[in-house]
Amino acid sequence: MASDSGLAVNFNSVTRVFGSVRALDGFDLHIAPGELVALLGPSGCGKTTALRILAGLDQATSGRVDVGGRDLTRVPANKRDMGMVFQAYSLFPHLTVLENVAFGLKLRGQDRASRHRRASEVLELVGLSEQGSRYAHQLSGGQQQRVALARALAIEPSVLLLDEPLSALDAKVRSQLRDEIRRVQLEVGTTTLFVTHDQEEALAIADRVGVMNEGHLDQLAAPADLYAQPATRFVAEFVGLNNRVPAVVVSGRAEVLGTEVPTIEGSLAQGPGQALVRPESVTVGRDGGANASVVSVSFLGPISRVYCVIDGGQQVMAQVASSFAVTLQPGDRVTVGVEPTPLLVIAG
Amino acid sequence: MSGSLAWRVFRWTVLLLLAAYFLIPLWSMLDFSTQAPGTQPGRTLEAWRALVEDPALREAIIASLLLALFTVVLMVLLLVPTMVWVRLRVPGASRLVEFLCLLPLTIPALVIVVGIKNVMLWVTYFVGDTPLALTFAYVILVLPYSYRAIDAALSAIDVATLSEAARSLGAGWTTVMVRIVLPNIVPGVLSAAFVSVALVLGEYTFASLLHYDTLPTEIALLGKSQATVSVAASLASLILASALLLGLGLFSRERRTSEGQ
Repeated sequence: MASDSGLAVNFNSVTRVFGSVRALDGFDLHIAPGELVALLGPSGCGKTTALRILAGLDQATSGRVDVGGRDLTRVPANKRDMGMVFQAYSLFPHLTVLENVAFGLKLRGQDRASRHRRASEVLELVGLSEQGSRYAHQLSGGQQQRVALARALAIEPSVLLLDEPLSALDAKVRSQLRDEIRRVQLEVGTTTLFVTHDQEEALAIADRVGVMNEGHLDQLAAPADLYAQPATRFVAEFVGLNNRVPAVVVSGRAEVLGTEVPTIEGSLAQGPGQALVRPESVTVGRDGGANASVVSVSFLGPISRVYCVIDGGQQVMAQVASSFAVTLQPGDRVTVGVEPTPLLVIAG
Repeated sequence: MSGSLAWRVFRWTVLLLLAAYFLIPLWSMLDFSTQAPGTQPGRTLEAWRALVEDPALREAIIASLLLALFTVVLMVLLLVPTMVWVRLRVPGASRLVEFLCLLPLTIPALVIVVGIKNVMLWVTYFVGDTPLALTFAYVILVLPYSYRAIDAALSAIDVATLSEAARSLGAGWTTVMVRIVLPNIVPGVLSAAFVSVALVLGEYTFASLLHYDTLPTEIALLGKSQATVSVAASLASLILASALLLGLGLFSRERRTSEGQ
């Protein structure tokens, strides 16, 4: 996803300390030009601190931040040339939509005609060209965030920063706007850092997703790789749902529910442990050799979740087609296994 | 139906009683200030003419109006950036700032005057022995009321997010204050300004004890020799303060209406 129009961003061993709390602890991240990287993690993991330090709204205690090869660590926020969309609605209430979008251009000394032309262009880009004369309070939450995106893009920023811009919106608008942000980002090619605690959002929108834990990156990978091959127990548990199933590792291969599967890097080298198995990797069948009982079935539309208890007392959740799930009743005896895909096996 | 009629009658009765309570004294002042001297019959505008023709009174009026203006300007310059800064950078200090701003409310004006008398000597040393030196004392006097009005306005907007948004778009701190924060707290600043004007135009203790001639001290002085002029001046300052407050009300309503559209 690298592009010529964006600039590379580098965090080099950035640390930020608040009193006794290390919000960022030797944080390293490289974002390629034009790339969209999502930082994902629970509250307090340091993702917003990293974004604010890149924006210049917070200062690193130590370390260095480069954009396009230029050290911006001590450059004030208003000299960084970055566009930012905030979690809270941030449109200036006393200005119209057009004036909001043109605000950054006015500060750059552009004349009225050219800034209004540019503001109209970006409003067109986010599908709000008809709303230029309205005020923030006359727009819906989704529209306000689209205007905020247009305002951030109007100044043609070197980096676009999105600080949980969808979290205040309802589910439907959130998914629409998420797709729109991605479309616009691909169209303008601006290097983008997107911060979120919503894994679905991060996996759907980003070229690469960085999972943060206690001030540092646990893993940075393409969404599919992150999902299929979590590097740490934290990543495996934070991204997607997981079952813990007893496993025994022998020479890099694990035996899980009677199936031998390869282990992924970071797994237990030898001996008994717990395999972290995604619900969609759990198989449920009725062919002989039943080893589990159905506890309950949750219908979710095209798919359903089947909760089973394996003989021995371990509970697992499987994700199966609803057409099969409707044939299952609580108490039915079934055969539970796993797909032969690589798994992370941890001690315990 | 009868209930709503009774309610309407009650409302009008209260309104008329309040109107009478406020307007009868004003009417009496107007009546008194336009009476011909002595036992002569008829009406005269002599007292009102004196407001602009009496040099001492004219100077006192100008001094009070300038004092009101300078107090408002200094109060806004001092309070708005401080309060915004405290909200953004040191929110923990907001209680302390609030306490300091409300302090003048709890200390009698007489005590403040005695306390700042020595400071005022330095002030007059630097700015000259003019009534306008009272500006510094009056800023302290209006702090509690101004703080409340501006604090309410700041609480109604997300100052932190708006200023960060403006900063990320390239605005320096002055631009953030002038183009983003101030336009969004105009009603609060106007409230603070008008209350300050009303206070300054009616303030007697400071001016009298620090020996400056302002409108209230001049009115008190005239009251002893030319009662009609004194009452005319009082009525004029009351009308001015009322007009300012009415203007604020109309402006706020206008703003709400235009934003509502």
